[in-house]
Amino acid sequence: MSLWQKLACAALVLVVLASFAANWLAPAGYAHQYREATDAPPSRTHWLGTDELGRDRFARVLYGTRISLLLAPAAALLSTLLAALIGGIAGYLGGAWKRAAMAVTDLFLSLPWLFLLITARALLPLNVSPLVSVMVTFLLLGLLGWTSAARVLCASAALLRGSDFVRQARAAGINGRRLFWMHVLPNLKPVLFAQFWISIPVFILSEANLGILGLGVAEPMPSWGSLLKELEGLVSVGEEPWKFVPLILLVIVVTSFQILLSRQQEVAA
Amino acid sequence: MKRHNRQFRCPALSAPTAKALAVLVFCLVSICTRSLAQGGGLRFCLHAEPKTFDPLKVDDDASGAIRYLTGGVLVRENRQTQQLEPGLALSWKVSSDGREISFRLRSGVSFSDGTPFSAEDVAYTVQQLMDPALHSPTGDVFRSGAGSVETKVISQTQISIRFPAPVAGLAALFDQVAIMSVRSPKKEMAVLGPFMVGDYKPGSSVVLNRNPYYWKTDAQGRKLPYLDSIHLDIQPNRDVELLRFKREELDLINSLDSEYFDKVSASSPQVVHDAGPSLDSEQLWFNQVAKAPIPGYKRNWFRSTAFRRAISQAINRDDLSRVVYHGHAQPALGPFSPANKFWFNANLKPQIYSPETALKALQGEGFRMENGTLKDKEGNEVVFSIITNAGNKQREHMAVLIQDDLQKIGIHVNVVTLDFPSLIERMTQTFDYEAIILGLTNVDLDPNNEMNVWLSSSENHQWNPSQKTPETEWEAEIDRLMREQASAADLNKRKEAFDRVQEIVAEQQPFIFLINKNALSAVSTSVRGAAPVILWPQTYWNAESLMVAGK
Repeated sequence: MSLWQKLACAALVLVVLASFAANWLAPAGYAHQYREATDAPPSRTHWLGTDELGRDRFARVLYGTRISLLLAPAAALLSTLLAALIGGIAGYLGGAWKRAAMAVTDLFLSLPWLFLLITARALLPLNVSPLVSVMVTFLLLGLLGWTSAARVLCASAALLRGSDFVRQARAAGINGRRLFWMHVLPNLKPVLFAQFWISIPVFILSEANLGILGLGVAEPMPSWGSLLKELEGLVSVGEEPWKFVPLILLVIVVTSFQILLSRQQEVAA
Repeated sequence: MKRHNRQFRCPALSAPTAKALAVLVFCLVSICTRSLAQGGGLRFCLHAEPKTFDPLKVDDDASGAIRYLTGGVLVRENRQTQQLEPGLALSWKVSSDGREISFRLRSGVSFSDGTPFSAEDVAYTVQQLMDPALHSPTGDVFRSGAGSVETKVISQTQISIRFPAPVAGLAALFDQVAIMSVRSPKKEMAVLGPFMVGDYKPGSSVVLNRNPYYWKTDAQGRKLPYLDSIHLDIQPNRDVELLRFKREELDLINSLDSEYFDKVSASSPQVVHDAGPSLDSEQLWFNQVAKAPIPGYKRNWFRSTAFRRAISQAINRDDLSRVVYHGHAQPALGPFSPANKFWFNANLKPQIYSPETALKALQGEGFRMENGTLKDKEGNEVVFSIITNAGNKQREHMAVLIQDDLQKIGIHVNVVTLDFPSLIERMTQTFDYEAIILGLTNVDLDPNNEMNVWLSSSENHQWNPSQKTPETEWEAEIDRLMREQASAADLNKRKEAFDRVQEIVAEQQPFIFLINKNALSAVSTSVRGAAPVILWPQTYWNAESLMVAGK
C-alpha cells in the first residue's frame, strides 16, 4: 500500500467513524430548527453554522454522510449483482443470449438517466416517510445503474468462456451451471470488485444531482445532495466558505475511493 | 468696456483663450445637461423571448412588457396611486347599466409612423380585440355575455362602445388595450406609446427607441419620454441577471429574490427597494375532490372546516415571513393582499399562531393525541403529504417549516417535491395528491379577474374544481357573490359583495393563505426618476419619466 492509499484509507475510516458518531458529536439532530439563528456563521454551538432554516449544518453533514455512505455502497452492490447476472451469464452463454442481453443493455444505456429518475420519482406514492424515500432513491439508482458494468462483465465472461481452463473443465464433463458458478464467476471477482468500487462515487454523485434538483432524499433528512444545494447561490459562496464543507467531504470520499480502486486494479493485475 | 476688460483679465490667459475655454465649458455643460434631459439608454432583462409584438395577442410577461412600453392606451391605471388616469382618452363615462362606455379622445395625437389617431382607430382595435377568430387573451376579459360588441364613432374624438352584458370594472380593463392604427400599413408596429420597437434579435435582445410622435409632455412642457432607447436583453437566468446588474451592465431588476435582495443590500443599500407587500400570495390547500384517489377518512379531514382552520392556526406565518423570506413578506390574511388598496377587506383579522388552540379544536372534533401522534376518531394516524414544485426554494422551505410546525400538534407531514409538469398533472388531471403549496400571481387589482378561481364550476377552483353544482353552502354563497359583483355597476356594491367573499374564505380556509411576498427590486443609482411600486411593472411603470445619467 502506497502512502496515498494509506491516507485515502485513513480519510475514509475517519469520515465513516465521524458519521456513525453523529448522535454523540451533534446531539441536536439534523432536523431541529433554531429559527432565531438562521444562516448563522460557525460558532461554538454550531461548528459549521446553521442552514437557512436554522438547522445545525455540522449535524446535517454528519447524518448526510452516514446516509450517503451507507446507501451508495448498497446501491452499488445491487447494481453490480445485476450486472454480474445479466452481463456475466450473457457473456458466458454467448450467441443469441449475449446479443439479446446487450441489446437490452444498450437500450438502458440510451435512456436519459436523469429524466428517467425524475419520472420514476414522480410516479412513486407521495405518502412515504423520509427514510423510505431515501431507500427508494438509492434502490432506483441501483436498479438503473447496472448497464455499464454489465457490458464490462459480459466482455470479461466472454473472454473466460474461450479460455483454456474453461475448455478443459468442459471437456472433463463439468456441467454448465457448475462451470459458471465454480470457475467463471470466481475469475470475474476482480472485475466485479472494480465495478463495485467505481459505482459508489457514481451513485453518490447521482444522488447529489437529484438532490440539487430537489428530487432526492425527502426533507428533513439530509444527504450530500441536499447539502450541496446550498451552493446554488452564486452570490454567497465566496462570502461563506463553510458552506463548501459537504463539497470538500464529497471530493475527499470520491478521491479516496478512486485511490483505493487503483489499488484494487493493481491487485487484480 | 473697461469694466469688461477688468472682469476677464487673467495673468495666465489671453482673451481669445478665455473665450475658447468659456465656449468649451458651455459645450460640456450643455452636453451633460442634454444627456440627463434626454435620458440616455436604459438596459434591463426580459426573462423569456417575447411571443408576439401584436398587443392584442399578448399572453406572456415578455410580450406584456413590450406592450406596456410601446402601447398607447385610452385609460392608464397609475401603478403608484392605483387610480385610473386619462391616457389617449381625456375623459370617459360608464353607463348606469354597466354595458356601455363612452370616451372623449385627445386630438392632435399621431402614431409612431406619423399616422393620425382618431376614434376610428379605437373602433378598429375593439373590433379586432373581440374577433373570436383572433382568440385575444386581452379580449377574453371583455366577454361578458352572448352577442356582439357594438362600437359607435360619434366624431373623430368621440366613441361609445356597447357590450352585450354588464362588464365589471369596465374602464380599468382598457389599461391593457393598446390602440392599433386602422390606416397605418405598419399595423401593430405603429404605436402610440412612449417607445417603439427599433430592433429585435431573436434569443438575444429587443431594442425600443423613443417614439418621436409621443403625445405626452412633462410639467415643464418638455416632450416625453426622456430616454432615447431601452435595451431589453433576453436572459432567463436570474443569477446571470444579478451578476450583470452588479457589474453595472444592467440598470434595473424588476423582481428580486429576497435572499439576493439582502446580499445586494449588504454591499449597495441604495440600489435595492422593498416596496412592501405585493399582490402575490403563497397558499396551501387540501384536496377536497370527491373522486380523488385518496382514502375516504383523509377526504373527511380535508373537507372539515375545523380541520383546515386548525391547520391554519398551527402554522407560524411570522416565521415563514422571517425565515424563508428574510422579513420581505407579510403574513397573508386572505385572497387579496393589503396592497390592493380598494378591494382588500380591512376587517379581516390576522390568523393568530397558536398550536395549543389548534390542538384543542381538533380534540373537539374527536381527534386525540397518542404518544405524540394525532389520531382521528377511527384511530387513523394524521399523516399527509404536501407537494410543491422542485426548484422553488421558498416553497420547499415553507413546506419544511410547516412540517415542523404541524409536528408540534402530532401531525406527520411528508414533504415531496415534484417537477412542475408532474405536479400540474396531479393537481388538474389525476387529483392524486393530498395538499399542495403553490402561489397566485396577481397582476390585476379587480376581483373580476379571479372569477375562474372562486366559481365552483371553474377548472381553476383548485381545491375542488369543475363542480356541477356547488357541493357546500359556502361555495354556493361565494358563487352568488362573485356573480353579483361581476354584474353590478355600482362599485360600492361590488366591494360589499367581494368583502363578504373574503370573509367566507377566511372562515372556511379552502386556501390557507400563508404569506404575501414583498415587491423587491433593484435600480441602479444612475437611473433618475425611479419610484418602484408593488404593481407590475414595478420599476419601469413610469418609463417615460426615467432618465439614465452618464450614458
